[in-house]
Amino acid sequence: MSNGPEHAHPSTRTYVLVAAILAVITAVEVAVFYLEALDPVLVPVLLTLSAAKFTMVVGLFMHLKFDARLFRALFIGPLFVAIAVMMAMFLMYGVFRG
Amino acid sequence: MSHTEAAAMEVHSATGLSSRKILMWTFIGSECMLFGSLITTYLVYRGKSVVGPYPEDLLNIPFITVTTFVLLMSSLMMVLALAAVQRGDMKWGKVWLFMTAFLGMVFLGGQVFEFTHFVHEGLTLKTNLFGGTFFLLTGTHGAHVAVGVIWLLSLFLLAQRGRLTQANAETVEIAGLYWHFVDVVWIVLFTLIYLLV
Repeated sequence: MSNGPEHAHPSTRTYVLVAAILAVITAVEVAVFYLEALDPVLVPVLLTLSAAKFTMVVGLFMHLKFDARLFRALFIGPLFVAIAVMMAMFLMYGVFRG
Repeated sequence: MSHTEAAAMEVHSATGLSSRKILMWTFIGSECMLFGSLITTYLVYRGKSVVGPYPEDLLNIPFITVTTFVLLMSSLMMVLALAAVQRGDMKWGKVWLFMTAFLGMVFLGGQVFEFTHFVHEGLTLKTNLFGGTFFLLTGTHGAHVAVGVIWLLSLFLLAQRGRLTQANAETVEIAGLYWHFVDVVWIVLFTLIYLLV
């Protein structure tokens, strides 16, 4: 079974740029938290921003975007299982009802 | 460590991939489920405490934003350390490794300060559901950060003694995977615990 090629890792400049973007997203998250006008969309906006940061760190800093497919499967498989179990528990305990 | 010893450590599996990296990714996958269960417990019991103090009475967003920024920057230091070791620049490899550990210690200091403040305000593991789930979740994360700091300082000391070289770059990469995962978990916790109060 082929596990896919491993590509060259990003340059130092790219790493610094990614870190700057992560810092900016964090600042935006906190700003969104304090802006009362955004209260109705607070949850989806914050979850989206958090997911963006998560993806950037895993994909670029952990090199999962460039590494073998097997590593992706070893991470994403259990991650999906964890998310599925969380959703099932949230439904069972009525977390989404607030 | 000599190049021969380092080469002997790079055991490859039948997949042609490094066995140590497969092991680390498998471990990280299991950690996803561990933190998933702790996050679930926190969120299921959120807002169900019958006595205070409550999250909105205690959580200090500006303070935790600073410690979050520190942990994010430690991830940058970690990738710079790995890049330096991979190109054989051990001088900067050591600097970035130490900086990563140092920022990890700053984060831990912030967590100790936060926990101490909460205890002084009357929140302990036994006070209410918020206290029990909050300390369990963030404490487990903090323990992971502490393990990471010890790991990074060990690598720094090995590098100082000339026992960590370009040939051992994979050793640094594996420590980096662990460290970035700890950062990724905090990205999730920062949003779920502090911003979605």
